[in-house]
Amino acid sequence: MNALLIMLSVFIVSIIIGYLLISRVPPLLHTPLMSMTNAISAVTILGALLIFAVTTTITDRVLGVLAIALAAFNVVGGFVITERMLKLFKNK
Amino acid sequence: MIAHIVGYLYLLAAVLFILSLKWMGEVKTSRHGNWAGSLGMLIAVIATMIAYKTQHLDLVLIAIAVGTLIGIPIALKLPMTAVPQRTAMSHAFGSLAVALVGTAEYYQRLPGIDTFTMVVLAAEMLLGYLTFTGSTIAFLKLQEMISGKPLVYKGRNIVSGLVVAVALGAAIGLVVNPTNPYFLPVLVAAALLFGFLLVMGIGGADMPTVIAILNSYAGLSAAALGFVLDNQLLIVAGTLDGASGFILAILMCKAMNRSFTNVLFGGFGATTSSQGAAVSGEIRPLTVEEAYLILEAASSVVFVPGYGLAVSQAQQAVRELGDLLRKNGAEVLYGIHPVAGRMPGHMNVLLAEANVSYDELMEADAVNPKMPNIDVCVVIGANDVVNPAAREDPSSPLWGMPIIEVDKSRTVIVLKRSMRPGFAGVENPLFFKQNTRMLFGDAKASIQALIAEFSQE
Repeated sequence: MNALLIMLSVFIVSIIIGYLLISRVPPLLHTPLMSMTNAISAVTILGALLIFAVTTTITDRVLGVLAIALAAFNVVGGFVITERMLKLFKNK
Repeated sequence: MIAHIVGYLYLLAAVLFILSLKWMGEVKTSRHGNWAGSLGMLIAVIATMIAYKTQHLDLVLIAIAVGTLIGIPIALKLPMTAVPQRTAMSHAFGSLAVALVGTAEYYQRLPGIDTFTMVVLAAEMLLGYLTFTGSTIAFLKLQEMISGKPLVYKGRNIVSGLVVAVALGAAIGLVVNPTNPYFLPVLVAAALLFGFLLVMGIGGADMPTVIAILNSYAGLSAAALGFVLDNQLLIVAGTLDGASGFILAILMCKAMNRSFTNVLFGGFGATTSSQGAAVSGEIRPLTVEEAYLILEAASSVVFVPGYGLAVSQAQQAVRELGDLLRKNGAEVLYGIHPVAGRMPGHMNVLLAEANVSYDELMEADAVNPKMPNIDVCVVIGANDVVNPAAREDPSSPLWGMPIIEVDKSRTVIVLKRSMRPGFAGVENPLFFKQNTRMLFGDAKASIQALIAEFSQE
């Protein structure tokens, strides 16, 4: 129960911080914002890595490998394309 | 000991993720934000692999290499016009990854799975699988591999409702009796089908909202996975992503004066409900030469782009014309509506790519008060976002929607292929106004012809 309480606190604090910070992002940057938060949410790659922390069956390994490849695509591709977009914004 | 260090490294990564959002709040610091996010991710991955002694390291590293080697070239070569479909694709991949991890966790924990974990896992798999098919359909629509028109049929909401009921039934079944081998496949199938039906029913111009909603679901499913794994970093990152998608979705809905449910279940523009008052009057077409003379004499010009700009790839030509007008002594601005294009902020990225300085990209609230003093507005492939019926006709489906008020400027030049109405199927009284001139043809070709006129000077 204690662990659940901690997780719920983290969840609620994250909602509040997310709301405060994201409301301040100007519409100008909404596309790079979405692209970067996508890359960040691919932190689910940790979940896929944790599958391999214990003894695995073939099913686990197939699901895990697929999930890692998909998440890695999002992480690396997401940060690279965000960087490309942000470099485009110039003020003369 | 190692477990403690991992905890601190996760905390560091979480702080970096939060800073990345903070720095995204301003153009000047935005790239620091992206680097902070990348660094946080690197720290989190390495810490996890060392602390939890990842087995089958060869398999894991190959999987990471495959994802990276496919991801980087696509990210480097992708044209900016294709960013909406790339975003939909990443929602599909991200949510599928979450759903697959959830499925693996289910099988790994199977005999002794506790009720709380099962509830969260069921929710996570529901969101994950429905976001996967929903985003895949969004990708196919944006890539124009399937029609962008909403698929609407009689009893559509009843069919969707039944599929949801089956999915929820299977989820409840799993919670009550996790070992039953039939509930999981039913849940997965129903969730996949629901995502498919949901986005098939949505049209192209609603994509900014839908992409934002799917973004939110993908983030929430990642956060749910964090609850299952007792991993706070996943909760933080997933929640930030979910909150971002949710806030963007609300902003998009506000920009269309519509509700969530209306976007998701309305089948906007495809129904036979009111299309607003009939519009009559005279259309005044003009030639490129005449348009040139109007622009040549203008001392202030506002360009208002819509999805048509992306379709005809006219952003570079528009910027060139803008430069020529400025050289000619005119003030040049760009009026950007939040739902112009196919995802939040789409037009800004396209124009930035064409080297338009970002301080010239104005939001509706900033540009509208200037309108009475603007000599010429050039509308490029935008329709509903400049439709004055939103202000003038209470019977119009667009009534109440905030628009860019080009009709209040002295002259409006509308670049348009034909008189076909916009996505909403609503007649646009703008085209019949006294101060409006229509320049028919492909937007890019028309603008290039105008550039040629200027160069003949």
